[in-house]
Amino acid sequence: MLGINDPWILLAYMLCILSTLACVGYGICNWNKGAENEPDEFSEEAKWEKGESKVEEIL
Amino acid sequence: MLGSIIALLVYLFIITYLGYLGYRHTKTSADYLVGGRQIHPMIMALSYGSTFISTSAIVGFGGAAGTLGMGLLWLTFLNIFVGIFVAFVIFGKRTRKMGHNLDAHTFPELLGNRFNSKFMQGFVGMIIFLFMPIYAAAVLKGGSDFIQTHFGISYEVSLLFFAAVVAVYVWMGGLKGVMYTDAFQGVIMFVGMVFLLVFAYSKLGGVTEAHSQLGALFEKPEVQLQTEKLVKGGFNGWISMPVWGSPIWWSLVTTIVMGVGIGVLAQPQLVVRFMTVKSNRELNRAVLSGGIFILMMTGVAFIVGALSNVLFFNESGKIAIVAAGGNDKIIPAFIKQFVPSWYGIIFFLALIAAAMSTLSSQFHAMGTAIGRDVYEKALNQKGNSIFITKTGILVAILISVLLAYMANKLDASMQIIATGTALFFGLCAASFLPAYIATLYIRNISAKAVLSGIITGFVVGIIWIFFVHEKEASSLQLCQLLFGKPSIVKDTVLTKLAMVDPIIIALPASVIATLIGALVSKNKVSEEHLNTCFKGI
Repeated sequence: MLGINDPWILLAYMLCILSTLACVGYGICNWNKGAENEPDEFSEEAKWEKGESKVEEIL
Repeated sequence: MLGSIIALLVYLFIITYLGYLGYRHTKTSADYLVGGRQIHPMIMALSYGSTFISTSAIVGFGGAAGTLGMGLLWLTFLNIFVGIFVAFVIFGKRTRKMGHNLDAHTFPELLGNRFNSKFMQGFVGMIIFLFMPIYAAAVLKGGSDFIQTHFGISYEVSLLFFAAVVAVYVWMGGLKGVMYTDAFQGVIMFVGMVFLLVFAYSKLGGVTEAHSQLGALFEKPEVQLQTEKLVKGGFNGWISMPVWGSPIWWSLVTTIVMGVGIGVLAQPQLVVRFMTVKSNRELNRAVLSGGIFILMMTGVAFIVGALSNVLFFNESGKIAIVAAGGNDKIIPAFIKQFVPSWYGIIFFLALIAAAMSTLSSQFHAMGTAIGRDVYEKALNQKGNSIFITKTGILVAILISVLLAYMANKLDASMQIIATGTALFFGLCAASFLPAYIATLYIRNISAKAVLSGIITGFVVGIIWIFFVHEKEASSLQLCQLLFGKPSIVKDTVLTKLAMVDPIIIALPASVIATLIGALVSKNKVSEEHLNTCFKGI
């Protein structure tokens, strides 16, 4: 199949494509899941971003 | 030459402009949040990919595929499944949440704050600062090898030029992590690799025909003459796995595939990326494009690397490694010899882009490791931390350039870039992976247990690299100097161990040490602190 006789290489070749398709499927199914809109999440993140910009300033 | 220089200048102008745009729009943290939430998922996704993939992956591992064949596709599979899916879904979400709960901004800080241990933070920071230059050197060598072959100038001049371009980019500071810049680099890399794949397969008459030609190549008598040394090591052709248990099998499976494939989970500069993500939704979306992006980067590099043997042979009667004059020169020589020259310029930019985005995140990790984790936290020093961090980055760049310079003196038939990268990835996995899993998933584990795992993994890994694993120990020379042989187990009953990669020994040792530590020591972290760590998880 596909000009590849060694089943281990063929398996790796197929798994590369299948795992990419799995990633695509997962991304599509969960496209809008996991968004965080709660106010305390927002303020927690703002606090973290302040710290992060300090790190960036030092760098 | 002139075309490449003009293209490079235009490219640098564009990333500077995009960086400025991003900077202007993200002046306050609130703006940053809003901007982050409104940003197109595609931009977000491309920025991930460009930090994942470096010249090491394309030139170094692509070259390894040119020598060892398509068995490297197992690494692409692990890159996608472990490096994207497992990393984002299983590790990424918790890392992001815990990083925010603990106000942690670096990987060592995440561990240190989780277990209230400044020593742990400092120790992990020190490992990163001391050993990440090996990986950075591999990335620099990948770019320099390409410039050397493409422009026909010396390796030393190429290295200095490449390091100078990257240093200027890192020096511009504000550009780091600006998504537009990363995304632009991602687009260039993606377009470049898509073209390369289509070019290689169409030049050889299609997918099946190309593979068949590669399979038939190994049977030719003149090729068997050139692969004689490789065959003795267990090589079995470019579309077959090496002989089970042979030196090449151990090198391919344990060092290249497992070392990098699993090691990616505990890469400090990638872990940090999870913390900068706005929400789990972005991680979900990034799984989609991350998977495609990695397939098109490492998958294409490995397929084209292996197929290059057919084209080199048809042209010159030589296989890739012989025609190119070294493992790490295969991809650069392939681009120069077979691909239209206008594409050479695009590929050159793609490599510069890949190196820049990876190196800037590496220098970010090394700088924060020495300034924030070691100096400020572990040594409890106040003031001068900007000076220490900047000096740390400068020292890290100099060491990386020096290592990349020295690496060129090694045996060119070795997979120098791939081995250097795998060494760092393996050491990270052995030292940090059990600790990272415990940090995120085992609520009541003690700091002592985690620390004993980190120290055991690191010490066993270092001993194995310097004294047992022949591939590295023989290059490092310390074992030869002290014991008069390239590996301490050479010519003993344990001689086969000289082929086994450090990750196979050091990672289980680290797991065992963590488990024993968990059985004999008690968790002293307060329930209140644990509640803070795991809030919302």
